[in-house]
Amino acid sequence: MEADTLGQLEEPQTIRVPDSITQIGTITKYELLNYFRAKRFYVLLIIGLAISALLTFLVAYYRPESFLNTSLTFYSQWWGGSVTFVIILSAIFFGGDSISGEFQNKTGYYLVSRPVRRSSIYVGKWVASFIASMIMLLLFLGIAVANGVYYFGAGVPYQLWQSVLLATLYMGSVLSFTFFWSSLFKTSVISVLVTVILFLFAFPLIDGLLPSLVGAEPWFVITYGAEVITAVLNTSYPVHDIQSKTPIGKGHFFTITTFTPYLWEGIAIMLAYFVVSAVLGLFIFEKREFA
Amino acid sequence: MTDSSIEAVDLTKNYGKFTALDGLNLRLEGSKCVGFLGPNGAGKTTTLKIFTDLIKPSRGSALINGLEVHGNKKKALENCSALVETPEIYPYMSAREALNLVADLKGLPKSGRKEVIEEAISEVKMEDWIDAKVGKFSKGMKQRINIASTLIGNPAVIFLDEPTTGLDPRGMAEVREIVKSLKKKDRLIFMSSHLLNEVSDVCDEVALIDHGKLLAYGTMDDVTARFTGEEGLADASFSKPVDQDTLDRYILKLDNVISAERVNGKTVRLKFNGGQAAQGEILADLVALKIGLVEFKTAFSKLEDTYMSLIQEGN
Repeated sequence: MEADTLGQLEEPQTIRVPDSITQIGTITKYELLNYFRAKRFYVLLIIGLAISALLTFLVAYYRPESFLNTSLTFYSQWWGGSVTFVIILSAIFFGGDSISGEFQNKTGYYLVSRPVRRSSIYVGKWVASFIASMIMLLLFLGIAVANGVYYFGAGVPYQLWQSVLLATLYMGSVLSFTFFWSSLFKTSVISVLVTVILFLFAFPLIDGLLPSLVGAEPWFVITYGAEVITAVLNTSYPVHDIQSKTPIGKGHFFTITTFTPYLWEGIAIMLAYFVVSAVLGLFIFEKREFA
Repeated sequence: MTDSSIEAVDLTKNYGKFTALDGLNLRLEGSKCVGFLGPNGAGKTTTLKIFTDLIKPSRGSALINGLEVHGNKKKALENCSALVETPEIYPYMSAREALNLVADLKGLPKSGRKEVIEEAISEVKMEDWIDAKVGKFSKGMKQRINIASTLIGNPAVIFLDEPTTGLDPRGMAEVREIVKSLKKKDRLIFMSSHLLNEVSDVCDEVALIDHGKLLAYGTMDDVTARFTGEEGLADASFSKPVDQDTLDRYILKLDNVISAERVNGKTVRLKFNGGQAAQGEILADLVALKIGLVEFKTAFSKLEDTYMSLIQEGN
């Protein structure tokens, strides 16, 4: 083909590059395409469906009183008991290598050298992972509500919607935190591994040990803040701290303190994680070099 | 004539104690193709990465059309395209989608976009694979799509970092033809390479770099003349073998010819005085001799001599 006849090779024209919001939308669109065409989306979908199916079977077969007492206890057990796990899994699947993969796979060279701000790439990817995670969350919610309607009728308690809003905030924070780690490492395995270790081992460990060993409130741990997702699913909001004393002889007691974050406190912890992680993650990605 | 320009001002890049780029000052403007020539590790890719925001300079500035890339990236790269190293394209995308992503980011109008993308794909001879997933492509095929992506949006400034890397000989020749066709229009092309024949074949000007420092910059003739004198070298190829008698009686007696030696049976390397004007006269004389001249071109060994002498001086 004669090169001169091609429109491509005609005189250069000035094209107006879209604004950053539009470019964020573009990055989001193609990142979602990535998720929907990759196996990981369907693997997570199967995991989410499997958790829901297991719960459906267990409740239908064993009819546990803790579930079937009232509609509020039902949603507290079903939704409150599993949603944070679904959120963490989604963050690991969709956010764990979102930024580090750009370095490891060298795909970043294809994007970053274009007239687009790095922050637009970062935010676009975050939005895509948020949407993909939201799909999982809504699927899990849909199955929970379907079961709830089956057992208790159409009257869904308002506390569930409060809990859904808090879970959405938690999901944003967890993704923000995951993106921070992902921007810190250039190897996907390490960034995913760090996220897994923190959310599935380190944070729950601190959550459990700190109050019981030294009676201190783990106010700096995001998983502690996320306890508000379950706490709102009570008729009255739980008290902030409860001390239980176990006699160990000779008039001595072993005291265990259990903390439940205040609603404002839980929201503040999640917001703090969201903001600090986003700022740090963006800063690192802006400075990071494709060397 | 375009007024596009790129400029490196005291551009320096350090990696710990290692200096990859050492105070590079270089200004290119107008419509031309400039070869950025140097051995591996000379600082070519580092320079192009700084111009495309893949890395940040330790000191100095990279300007495109007067705009600092690292302070105003989006505006500075607005009318640019770049191919740096061999980027991986998202494997789940088809070639068409990969180019659509670039078109979206650059704000290419939707109307006529399909044709623009198909033309770009056709230019790199990947029409049969346009809807195939990039993940199934070989390295050479991916590089073709990368090259096609630089054509999207009719950029006025194009950065190419060793664009023939990973391509077979036929692909290399095709890419060179694409670059040649691109420079026919008002474009400023800055192409790094360590292949002398590639730069000699494609570029109008050459910037020589080694150890992060600019050694020379100018037109091919200027640079080679500066370092190897005024003598020119050209290869004349004939349809049949040239015997010694023809050499002595006809070719060596042409004006300005200093020496003539057979490179192989059908090709004679001529050394001559008088620059391009004399080269044109020699060509006309050889045609007039009717001894079966089929090709006459500047031998790049002169550039090679310049390159080798500069690199050795640097060491």
